[in-house]
Amino acid sequence: MTTRIALALHGAWDSDLAWSFRHSPYAIVAALVFLACIGAAAFAPWVAPHNPFDLSQLDLSNSLKPPAWLPGGTHTFPLGTDDQGRDILSTIFFGARISLEVGIAAVLLSMVLGVALGLIAGYVGGSLDAFIMRVADVQLSFPAILIALLVDGLARAVIRGAHDSMAFWVLVLSIGVSGWVQYARTVRGSTLVEKSKEYVQAARLFGIHPLAIMARHVLPNVLGPVLVIGTIHIATAIITEATLSFLGVGVPPTQPSLGTLIRIGNDFLFSGEWWVTLFPGIALVVMVLAINLLGDWLRDALNPRLRT
Amino acid sequence: MTDVRPVHPNPLPARGERGPSGGLRPPHPNPLPARGEREPRVSETGDGRPLLDVRHLRIEFPTRRGVLTAVDDVTFAIAPGEVLGVVGESGAGKSLTGAAIIGLLEPPGRIAGGEILLDGARIDHLPHDEMRRIRGRRIGAIFQDPLASLDPLYSIGSQLIETIRTHLPMSEAAARTRAVELLQEVGIPAAARRIDHYPHQFSGGMRQRVVIALALAANPRLIIADEPTTALDVSIQAQIITLLRRLCREYGTAVMLITHDMGVIAETADRVAVMYAGRIVEIGPVADVIRAPKHPYTIGLMGSIPSVTADRERLVQIDGSMPRLTAIPSGCPFHPRCNRVFDRCLNERPELFDAGTSRAACWLHAPLP
Amino acid sequence: MTAYAIRRLLQAIVVMLVVAFVAFSLFQYVGDPVQLMLGQFATPVDRIRLTHELGLDRPFYVQYYHFLVNAVHGQFGVSLRIGKPVSVLLAERLPATLELSLCAAIFALVVGIPAGVYTGLKPNSWLARTMLSLSLLGVSLPTFLIGILLILVFAVKLNWLPAFGRGTVVHLGGWTTGLLTKSGLVSLIMPTITLGLFQLTLIMRLVRSEMLEVLRTDYIKFARARGLTDRAINFGHALKNTLVPVITITGLQLGSIIAFSIITEQVFQWPGMGLLFIQAVSYVDIPVMAAYLCLIAVVFVTINLIVDLLYYVVDPRLRVDRPGGAGH
Repeated sequence: MTTRIALALHGAWDSDLAWSFRHSPYAIVAALVFLACIGAAAFAPWVAPHNPFDLSQLDLSNSLKPPAWLPGGTHTFPLGTDDQGRDILSTIFFGARISLEVGIAAVLLSMVLGVALGLIAGYVGGSLDAFIMRVADVQLSFPAILIALLVDGLARAVIRGAHDSMAFWVLVLSIGVSGWVQYARTVRGSTLVEKSKEYVQAARLFGIHPLAIMARHVLPNVLGPVLVIGTIHIATAIITEATLSFLGVGVPPTQPSLGTLIRIGNDFLFSGEWWVTLFPGIALVVMVLAINLLGDWLRDALNPRLRT
Repeated sequence: MTDVRPVHPNPLPARGERGPSGGLRPPHPNPLPARGEREPRVSETGDGRPLLDVRHLRIEFPTRRGVLTAVDDVTFAIAPGEVLGVVGESGAGKSLTGAAIIGLLEPPGRIAGGEILLDGARIDHLPHDEMRRIRGRRIGAIFQDPLASLDPLYSIGSQLIETIRTHLPMSEAAARTRAVELLQEVGIPAAARRIDHYPHQFSGGMRQRVVIALALAANPRLIIADEPTTALDVSIQAQIITLLRRLCREYGTAVMLITHDMGVIAETADRVAVMYAGRIVEIGPVADVIRAPKHPYTIGLMGSIPSVTADRERLVQIDGSMPRLTAIPSGCPFHPRCNRVFDRCLNERPELFDAGTSRAACWLHAPLP
Repeated sequence: MTAYAIRRLLQAIVVMLVVAFVAFSLFQYVGDPVQLMLGQFATPVDRIRLTHELGLDRPFYVQYYHFLVNAVHGQFGVSLRIGKPVSVLLAERLPATLELSLCAAIFALVVGIPAGVYTGLKPNSWLARTMLSLSLLGVSLPTFLIGILLILVFAVKLNWLPAFGRGTVVHLGGWTTGLLTKSGLVSLIMPTITLGLFQLTLIMRLVRSEMLEVLRTDYIKFARARGLTDRAINFGHALKNTLVPVITITGLQLGSIIAFSIITEQVFQWPGMGLLFIQAVSYVDIPVMAAYLCLIAVVFVTINLIVDLLYYVVDPRLRVDRPGGAGH
């Protein structure tokens, strides 16, 4: 199976995808920016100038310093500091780390959930298929943020007290659950096509479970669309995470994501310390924009109908 | 094997004998009362000026792997009232030629050379709005899929009235009257009632009749019919072809009939142009081309037809398939599949040479030096 | 038409019952309402009495039935956080949310559709390319960030517009409106843009892609071959066909505006239902959460229903009254 996927990837990479990538300046820039974001996030403990979560390094006398180029700013804190004297640039690195972790984990959850449900719905058919797709329809008629808020609210009600330590997983769950529908629809469609083919019937004779065989054949087929949905979904998931954190129902301030940082900074907007909120905001937009550009390019490149 | 459909077992032309050089056509045995102004039926070799004159047309597609030439040095003419069949496999360039004539080549396709004249005036590279006035008014068009050709959100009446009033100075009421007449003429029963129905309320054959009515709405003198029957049931195909032929004779409208079905051509056309790999390989009166094809490709096409006169050799089949545009062979593009290929075919490209009553792009018919 | 409408209505009712069930489960299985209401010093006798009074000792379908009856009458109990009936709280805040959502929807449609049509018709012009790039930026900008940036520029730096609240409102019967005073209107500007911008970019991109799709169809090609004017083709045929799918999705988007108003209301401290809801989620104020959920579901289902019926009006293919005869 891995070789099949590897072959499929190699085949795609070899032909049009690579060509399209080389000829799309947007895609190249977006990929570079995204890689930089990943790098900064992954290596935050090493590349960040300070560790904003090491209380011994914090000094309240450094609080609310403006960026380096403004009067009162220092080069120790290039983008200034927040009310607790944390370096904004460093909190952005660490915040991006949490945003990306939540985003990617939530997308993986959605993907697994959606692919599995789509495969089962398409394969089993009948009332189970009808039920799953009906749930999908109903869920799709509500915006993802509302579903995420609802799951989040439920989780809060169930686990109460212990919420802060579980906040990360609650977020992953609520964002993940809110996004499975698109994957399920794509995979179900492809499964329905494969289901009628003879090798699926033949698989039974060889004693292999047809579902396993189908997964092997369906997955490479849906790889492209799932990849496109997944890429754009990472951007959406990061925005959803930031939104929930901004609303105060996401990750706690002790482990701030970009959304939490913006929420914290929002309190200082009127007292003139705009940098506390603006820079994390810019970082968020740049990251999401890069992912969206990549997703857009990928969709156009993989969709032969739009290609000229 | 090719996907060109052969003519039916008895490929005799549907209408009476025709002069060997395609001269005056004998009148129809049962002439219907002429409605439009009747044009003298003169072919390009007669003394009249051709209605449509295509000279050295070349259509290119710039792609990332270089420029593809989809139609190369295509030259033909259509006389007023004449039916020219254009036959060829899919990808031979016949539909592109039609699209180029009505100025509807889809980008990035473009006319890269040659000229197109309508009534002696050039219409290639006309300003957008002038070309628009020609479409529908002077050149009508019919496309393959009648189910997709009509806007699903408008009644057929409003689409007809819209077309009529775009081109002719008529009041809404007068246009509606004309629309009903047109529908009656194309054989829509209860036209006065059906005019307010929507496309989805008609069957495929009925929809193609509506499409024909739309193409004729402003009484154009030329109709480009691109595979008008391909999407229809076999039983309905004949009706549509008969209808098209009758209407064009009544109105004196010339037709460029694009199809891959030699049977349709045999029944309908006066002359036929055979296209292969973006070029015309043979052009001539339809009876002669069918009875005595000159180009090896046309011979192959006709040879694949089963005959009722039993004692002929086995059916001939052309080996291989038409080259892709990315790999058109040098010289004569047909030479890799030709069973009579010789040295000259490999490197030099043949132009159309006179071959009896037809013209064929084949070195076998080159005039002796 | 009637059969179609009834079928749609039935589907809507099923969805409502499902959502109501989720809300009901919130009530019944999350936390212990008896403990919540009595506090930790209640005697066992009190507990049994209250359990009986609340009907919690009855079978679950009876409880569900009572929940539905109450919900239909707008009775969702008392807010745990504020101590007022939920119905009163929501009624107070409904006008603020509806006015904001309506303004945002109009803003998104009035700008989004023409922008989408333009970029669909002239996909290669520089203006269309610029708009498309900006729209990608718009999709990448989280709603709350747009609000914060607007506040930073227009309220903090320039001091042109108020940063929060509804301004002066006028009471008209049970309704409060900010549309009749200058301060009310001025207060609406930034929240409207914040809430509408994301939908605007979505609508624009949707209209554009549908437009491009329709322009590739055979009937547009045939309309060109008929020699129709560009105006007739683009606006009479292409746009009308584009509108069929656009109506559906736009309708659903408008519904989500009300949901998204949660974020905008938080940023601008707009005294609407969304602000109430987000505070309820933070405090696990279940009656408010359940009521908001049901209310939002009603809004969504209603919009869905209207969209389906509109669809029917625009697209003759859906009309069932096909005459027999030549059709097959």
